[in-house]
Amino acid sequence: MANPFVMLVDDESDFIETMSKRLQKRGFKVLTATEGKEALELVSKNRNLEVMILDVKMPGMDGIEVLREMKNNYPLIEVIMLTGHATIESAIDGMKIGAFDYLMKPCDIEQLSQKVQEAVEKRRAQEEKIEKARMEKVVSTRGI
Amino acid sequence: MTNKESPEEGGQNAKAYYRNLARNMITTMITVSFAPMIVVIVFLLYHFDISYYEKTYAHLQELVQKHKQNIDTFLDEKLANIQFLVQSSSLERLTDRSILQAKLRYLQQQYGDVFVDLGVVDETGKQLAYAGPHELQDAGYFEAAWFKQAIAKDFYISDVFMGLRGSPHFIITVRWQRQGETYILRATIDFQYFNTLVENLRVGQTGYAFILNSEGRFQTRPVFEKALWEKTYDYFIRRMDASDRPVEVIELPDESGTTHIYAIAGLKNGDWLMIFKQEKSDAFSDIYRMFKFAGIIFLVGAAGIGLMAFLLTKRMVRRIMSADKEKARLNQQMIETGKLASVGELAAGIAHEINNPVAIMVEEAGWIEDLLQEEEFAQSENLEEFRRALRQIATQGRRCKEITHKLLSFARKTDATLKDVQINDLIKEIVDLSAQMARYNKVIIATELQPGLPYVCLAPSEMQQVMLNLINNAIDAMDKTGGTISIGTKLSKLEENHIVITVEDDGPGIPEANLNRIFDPFFTTKAVGKGTGLGLSICYGIIEKMGGKIDVTSTVNQGTRFRIWIPIQEAGKDSSEKK
Repeated sequence: MANPFVMLVDDESDFIETMSKRLQKRGFKVLTATEGKEALELVSKNRNLEVMILDVKMPGMDGIEVLREMKNNYPLIEVIMLTGHATIESAIDGMKIGAFDYLMKPCDIEQLSQKVQEAVEKRRAQEEKIEKARMEKVVSTRGI
Repeated sequence: MTNKESPEEGGQNAKAYYRNLARNMITTMITVSFAPMIVVIVFLLYHFDISYYEKTYAHLQELVQKHKQNIDTFLDEKLANIQFLVQSSSLERLTDRSILQAKLRYLQQQYGDVFVDLGVVDETGKQLAYAGPHELQDAGYFEAAWFKQAIAKDFYISDVFMGLRGSPHFIITVRWQRQGETYILRATIDFQYFNTLVENLRVGQTGYAFILNSEGRFQTRPVFEKALWEKTYDYFIRRMDASDRPVEVIELPDESGTTHIYAIAGLKNGDWLMIFKQEKSDAFSDIYRMFKFAGIIFLVGAAGIGLMAFLLTKRMVRRIMSADKEKARLNQQMIETGKLASVGELAAGIAHEINNPVAIMVEEAGWIEDLLQEEEFAQSENLEEFRRALRQIATQGRRCKEITHKLLSFARKTDATLKDVQINDLIKEIVDLSAQMARYNKVIIATELQPGLPYVCLAPSEMQQVMLNLINNAIDAMDKTGGTISIGTKLSKLEENHIVITVEDDGPGIPEANLNRIFDPFFTTKAVGKGTGLGLSICYGIIEKMGGKIDVTSTVNQGTRFRIWIPIQEAGKDSSEKK
């Protein structure tokens, strides 16, 4: 199984720097972005991205807007919301829009990597399903 | 009161303010009650005075008029008597002394002792016949002033004079002619009797009447011996002819300054003047007495009103004072509440800001921990120490997180979904939850829950938090000694439509100095690291938000009691308010 491909989005660059190091150490392939627009650009260049870890509270384009964009354009990429306590309602809103889960900052790295793992698995399972469906379609068309 | 001069500014200022207030109130009260009273009294008295004055004058006028008529009638009557005597008798009979005496007796029988004597005088002034008590037979009147007048007129009424007999009297004469000779029948009128006609005219203490002739001599004896000739009489005599009116009432001051009322009437076709004189103060003594009475009543009333105004004002100012104090206290409370709220918001902001740096620190520590697992460090002799230090950083980071999360829940609630809750069930749950921990601390939790309490609409998790906080605090307070926590619920008697929950312990109590501050955020007496000082302020915030109330009473060494009042709302009503 290939290494999970993860993107970290948070306006605290110090935070994502360490976080990415730790995630990389745990065998994740990590991309980072410090704001929403940058994140969306990066996603468009890295279509094989699997999971996005997204801070809710960011200057400029905030987490919820980014999430909405992501779900519109890349519904298969799973998004885990990261939130401080004060924005828990928006995290819940995010869940309604289609986020995979949410975590509260500061979060335990083990907890986070586990969540990411779950998300990746879900994503891969979905991809597999789609692949299968496509295959079946191909097979069935050949059969005609 | 919108007065800028705030009564709370303390001491001197406040005293002056209340004094001023009291003064204004008294002034207003007295003015408002006196002004109409005075206006009415003055108006009434003025009109009463005028009408009384007029009435008194009219009364005097009438009285004097009546007496004047009486006297005039008396004189006319006497004259008529004499005239009748002359016409009904011959000269011979009249000059016969015994017949004249018989006539006099007859007259005296008919009219009382009005007639003193009778006399017939011829034109030389010689008295031809006399009947009466004096020895005046053959007296000569030729030189007498009255004789000169009498001989010239058909009839004549003289002024009062002493005459031959040496006592005051006046006479009525009738002249007639017989065989070329002129005779006069002269009748003396009893001065005493005549006097009584005027003497009877007495009014009040000082009112009396007398008669003056045209020369200003007294024709009657004034009632008061002292009554002397006064200059004013001159004035009256001078006016005698000018005055057409039968009775004139005049008010004049005499030499001593006393004002007198005079009623003057002409008598005897203007020959005589009847003067009625009375001191004005006497004439109006009734009204003066009434004025005095009204004045006393007014003064007594005024004193009463003044006293009432004073007492009422004193009482009202005292009320206002205590109301102001209460207001100041409430204001203080408002400020405290506001402060609490703003501290809460501030705390929430800070908590949020701190969250990120703490997260980074924890991550960095975690990163180091990750790196330590590399083989190159495995041989390091301080590896365990590093690990311990990093674990400590992680632990303390978690503590920070807990604190910030508590702070945040102080400002915003985690689960504010409102439900209709049976408060007793909720308390039972929490007691069960805490019982284990309580037992470790040798604390017993006793409950006394009033059954059948109505449902209340609140957020259960918040209420749980409040109860847990209170119970944990109580347990903490008694952790050395052990003790009992009594939890009770009942319908409040103090606050209508409220359920009251009491949480009471018999622990060490809270010193009074701390009692005012226990709901302040970050106030704690627990050891550093044991408490955040947020528990009770969170409780306070939650209860306030519910529209309830929380208070605390405590006695050192006896225990502490918290009371929470929760409003009872109709189910379903008001439930959207808290969203």
